[in-house]
Amino acid sequence: MSVTIDLSGKTALVMGVANARSLGWAIAEPLLQAGCRVGFSYQGERLRGELEKLTAGREGTWIQQADATSEEDLTALFARVREEFGHLDYLVHSIAYAPRAAMEGRFIATTPEDWNTALNVSAYTLVSTARHAEPLLRPGGSIVSLTYHASQQVVPKYNVMGVAKAALEAATRYLAADLGKADVRVNTISAGAMRTVAARSIPGFSGLYDEAGRRAALGRHATPEEVGKLALFLLSDLGSGVTGQTVYVDAGANIMTMPLE
Amino acid sequence: MATFEDVKAVIVEKLGVDADKVTPEARFVEDLGADSLETVELIMGLEDRFGITISDEDAEKIRTVQAAVDYIGSQQ
Repeated sequence: MSVTIDLSGKTALVMGVANARSLGWAIAEPLLQAGCRVGFSYQGERLRGELEKLTAGREGTWIQQADATSEEDLTALFARVREEFGHLDYLVHSIAYAPRAAMEGRFIATTPEDWNTALNVSAYTLVSTARHAEPLLRPGGSIVSLTYHASQQVVPKYNVMGVAKAALEAATRYLAADLGKADVRVNTISAGAMRTVAARSIPGFSGLYDEAGRRAALGRHATPEEVGKLALFLLSDLGSGVTGQTVYVDAGANIMTMPLE
Repeated sequence: MATFEDVKAVIVEKLGVDADKVTPEARFVEDLGADSLETVELIMGLEDRFGITISDEDAEKIRTVQAAVDYIGSQQ
């Protein structure tokens, strides 16, 4: 069987690419290869250079600064989407943040400020961006975000970010219900531990990474390229009929309680 | 063998600082203004540039330009 995915004429917005190792970029790469036009948003000025480098010479791309927690920035971003594309087919949300202090100590010590920041940046922005995207999304449209298994089981130090990811997964189901009648699907990808900048900023990440690789059913780590392939499936028509789901791409780490031997 | 100049080039790119501020004794956080994400980006930039893997434990100890040069030299 040979399947060719042709996304020429399709348009996507990818939010939250920091550099070439970002999962957002691993998702954008196959979209671009399939002929999709892709706009990128970045949170702050210091991320601009990296994104300019990545998108240089890539046809159909543009970039715009937008802090996803700012209604004003989102309004401007989606005005740009309308201007560039006229409509939107795919939205990729790859945004999360928790203050470092909230990921160093005990979960019980989480302050209300850190709780609000983590939940707002990492979960609410999926809701707000989906709302801004809704008028532009065509039937067959699809939204994906990135989550992590710490939403379901305790991962030491992940703390309030685990709660934020649980909120993101629940929000995915409610958004899927809201947008389903318009034939727009919403799913979230639960990626295994990968060596991204965001992941390596988490205290104790290398121990977690090694453990995930030992335990995984496939006996290895999943890769960013595999996240890209799953996203391509979920975003494109291949994934029609799939919505509201948390889909794992972790080489089977989440099904194991310990390594087989 | 990693030279000071090779390491300096990565630091200038990842931290966006003026080359003349990157002296051997400069500290990434205190002197070059790196935040926690930039520190990780720098470590990963050094890994890519020199083809090595730096553990979290070792990364914690690399706080100055000279420490980075010495560490990379010891790994190659």
